[in-house]
Amino acid sequence: MSRHEIRFELNGEARTAEVEADRLLLDLLRADLGATGTKEGCRIGICGTCTVLIDGRPISSCLYPAVYADGRKIRTIEGIASDGGELTPLQRAFIEHGGFQCGICTPGQIVSATALLEAHPTPSGEQIDRWMMGNLCRCTGYAGIRRAIDAAAGTAR
Amino acid sequence: MSEFSVVGKRLPKVNVWGHLTGTARYADDIQLPRMLYGRLLRSPHAHARIKRIDASRALAHDGVVAVCTGADMPERMGIMPSTQDEYALAVDKVRYIGDPVAAVAAVDEDTAYDALSLIDVEYEPLEPILTIEEALTREDVRIHEDSGRPANVFKDVHLEFGDVEGGFQTAHKVYDNWYFFEGTTHAPMETHSAVASYDGDGKLTLWTSTQVPHYLHRELEKVLGIPRSRIRVIATPNGGGFGGKSDPFSHEFAACLLSMRTKRPVKFTLDREEVFYAHRGRHPVLMHLRTGVSADGDITAVHFQSYLDGGAYASYGIATTYYTGALMTVTYKLPAYKFDGVRVYTNKPACGPKRGHGTTQPRFAFECQLDQIAEDLGLDPIAYRERILQPANSRTVNGLRITSMGLGQCLEEVKRSTRFPEKHGQLPRGKGIGVAGSAYISGAGLPIYWNEMPHSGASVKVDRGGGVTVYCGTSEIGQGSDNVLAVVAAEQLGVLTEDVHVVSGDTSLAPVDLGSYSSRVTFMAGNAVRQAAGRLRTLVVEAAAAKLGVPADRIALAQRRVYDLADPAKGMTFAEAAVLAESKNGTLVSVGSYKPPKDISGDYKGSGVGPTAAYSYQAAVAEVSVDLETGIVTVERITEAHDCGRALNPPAVEGQIEGAAYMGYGEAIAEEQVFRGGLHKKPSLLEYKLPTSMDTPEMKAIIVETIDPEGPFGAKEAGEGPLNPVIPAIANAVYDAIGVRFDETPITPAKVLDALQKNRSRVGPEGLSSQRDPKAAMRRLHATTDAREKKKVMS
Repeated sequence: MSRHEIRFELNGEARTAEVEADRLLLDLLRADLGATGTKEGCRIGICGTCTVLIDGRPISSCLYPAVYADGRKIRTIEGIASDGGELTPLQRAFIEHGGFQCGICTPGQIVSATALLEAHPTPSGEQIDRWMMGNLCRCTGYAGIRRAIDAAAGTAR
Repeated sequence: MSEFSVVGKRLPKVNVWGHLTGTARYADDIQLPRMLYGRLLRSPHAHARIKRIDASRALAHDGVVAVCTGADMPERMGIMPSTQDEYALAVDKVRYIGDPVAAVAAVDEDTAYDALSLIDVEYEPLEPILTIEEALTREDVRIHEDSGRPANVFKDVHLEFGDVEGGFQTAHKVYDNWYFFEGTTHAPMETHSAVASYDGDGKLTLWTSTQVPHYLHRELEKVLGIPRSRIRVIATPNGGGFGGKSDPFSHEFAACLLSMRTKRPVKFTLDREEVFYAHRGRHPVLMHLRTGVSADGDITAVHFQSYLDGGAYASYGIATTYYTGALMTVTYKLPAYKFDGVRVYTNKPACGPKRGHGTTQPRFAFECQLDQIAEDLGLDPIAYRERILQPANSRTVNGLRITSMGLGQCLEEVKRSTRFPEKHGQLPRGKGIGVAGSAYISGAGLPIYWNEMPHSGASVKVDRGGGVTVYCGTSEIGQGSDNVLAVVAAEQLGVLTEDVHVVSGDTSLAPVDLGSYSSRVTFMAGNAVRQAAGRLRTLVVEAAAAKLGVPADRIALAQRRVYDLADPAKGMTFAEAAVLAESKNGTLVSVGSYKPPKDISGDYKGSGVGPTAAYSYQAAVAEVSVDLETGIVTVERITEAHDCGRALNPPAVEGQIEGAAYMGYGEAIAEEQVFRGGLHKKPSLLEYKLPTSMDTPEMKAIIVETIDPEGPFGAKEAGEGPLNPVIPAIANAVYDAIGVRFDETPITPAKVLDALQKNRSRVGPEGLSSQRDPKAAMRRLHATTDAREKKKVMS
């Protein structure tokens, strides 16, 4: 397997890594860089727990070859709250409106919803459900997640 | 103003920051120096004898450090001590496709995976048993040779209460229906994961995503052959459990043994496909329900028969079997009741407890049949249920003690919220509304191994700065158990939940709690913490009273203050009062424990499953629309009311109701754990359909409070019961919409279309298939059971 040196930005920091051609971004993040906030749930791009933003677009990192990240900006759950650990209005809304229970899908939910609010600052209910369809949750029945996104969008208005 | 300062308030959960920022550490997030990665080799056969295992090629593979097989751990194990029929890794035989056979530890995951193909296993394939009927009749093929019962029967139970025959004779009409509930799995978003580390001092630590650290602790001692005093189990935050992480699992034993062999940490994380094999999910159950009713609808007798497809191993199956019968009596007045339950072995992944454990399937059958009875009586289905309610503070015919009982209020709430009577039977074709009620336990009345010790223990420590630490063996699985314990301690001591640290799920640090299953934590651990914190409260109050010169009964604690009720300005901070109390009494640590009362069940063999200190109750209304062209059932809204005694934290209770309603919805319309020739048909999240945000209906959760006399601050369970009424409510709504009774799950578009095209009024099983005469097998089974019982009586 060929090896490649890649340069990318991870949560605002310039990084380099040497990866094999078939190394997946999820494994680069979790195993090599210790960024374990991004979770693995299915490894086939269905559940959305491994969602990260690549140049602002939500991507399943379990399907994304790490070599593709060369020259790109990656944002993970670790890069959502401010450097001082201050939660975003969306993260606070997840607490206040029952947006999570066990928390394992939550990094993916927060990352996807962050991208949603960046693309559509005041989404309709239908827009929320459609955008978040790729992030499965087994605990909340999505009700708390919808409430949290609604509330955060209200805060941003 | 509320009498409480923390209980009942809409406060954020404790320990949330890590979940929202990716810093919460789940088992698979643990990385230790020199750690090895493990993988399990699983059986490709549904049923086979293992002739030979040769791991030498795998051991010689570059990067492989150790391999183990069933021969290395020959002790039998299993969650229920009375029915242990499993091994950590298969010994002699494999019993389902996916049964773990060997384990590898290697320097990385890819190497471990590659090494699996280098383990040579020679199998002698045996004929697999795949259906309930085959299991009952095939004496010639035995999945467990030493089960002690005919053919492939794992367990049969027969109970009778009251005058059943008389009840059917006096009945105006007897309803006689068959039902089938398809198997489903938990599919927590976190796959199972465990890390074991054996250190030079001969001590073993296992971090694992488990709901039952204490029970696992016991099994590790037994299988690994080292004393429990040298084993520490730490339950990591579970990324969802729902019952699926309540058994001891192969990867946990393998991680420990391989760590002991290599003196290096070893991690196993199951991949998604493996979770479908680990399973322990909802049993497929075939059910026969006969109900006698008087002319005005009173139930005169019920005879319920359940046939559970248990899969390859026991798991909690003995309890599941009893649970299919036990809670039929706690909702509606039932003067005479007969129950026959049979669980069989089949060559499929073992079934076990899933949210609603064993009560979900019979509740589906019962509530669907009640809908039919109400219709025949010309009664509104809510009005009918209200008429036949089992009263509060009563005993059921099978001896179960009922205290608080809020099913009536739940029905009233969903009726009012949905305006049910104005809609039912009056919506246009294709639109429907349905209702169902149900109940669940607030923790099993008995532990899984017989003992007289507490079911839950807790200790509470107050530090000199006013901080409080709660230690309890409970497992945080997302249900919010840490938060519940923090709420209880904070209320008792007059501090804020953010002042409370909860140390849970650690067998070395925390007193034993039996685990996060059977919805027992709020009630049992809540009571243990309430007692422990209450003892410290007394010391703090006495010390403050002495200092302030007022009687102790005038002292109140709230908002980090200890003060005189008659003159609230007179007082001190909680930290100051704690220092006074410690100066006077010594170190402020106390313990508390809880054990359910003894008089909550009848006295007969089998009376141990079903009793609980308090039943929760719930009612759900589903509103559906059925597309007559495609057969797609769209559930538009679920309205559910739940009697949780008292909501210690209302948002957490609402979250449980919503989550349970969602999970029930998935089981009603789509989810199924099904097989083709022993091979799982859907072992991935692509094929096993979990509802997404696009599918899941709008949900309205309503809290009903009955203030239970024995619950902590009056609280009962909220985690499981709310799943139960949702499935029959949807089936009844589909009937209201299109006039077809779905007596089986799931209600898929193909089944709906088929029923509409063939003009059927019912979709469901016809009974036991007569191919191999399972009825004769049942007669034989009953005869041998009778003989066994007689022998016991004589000896």
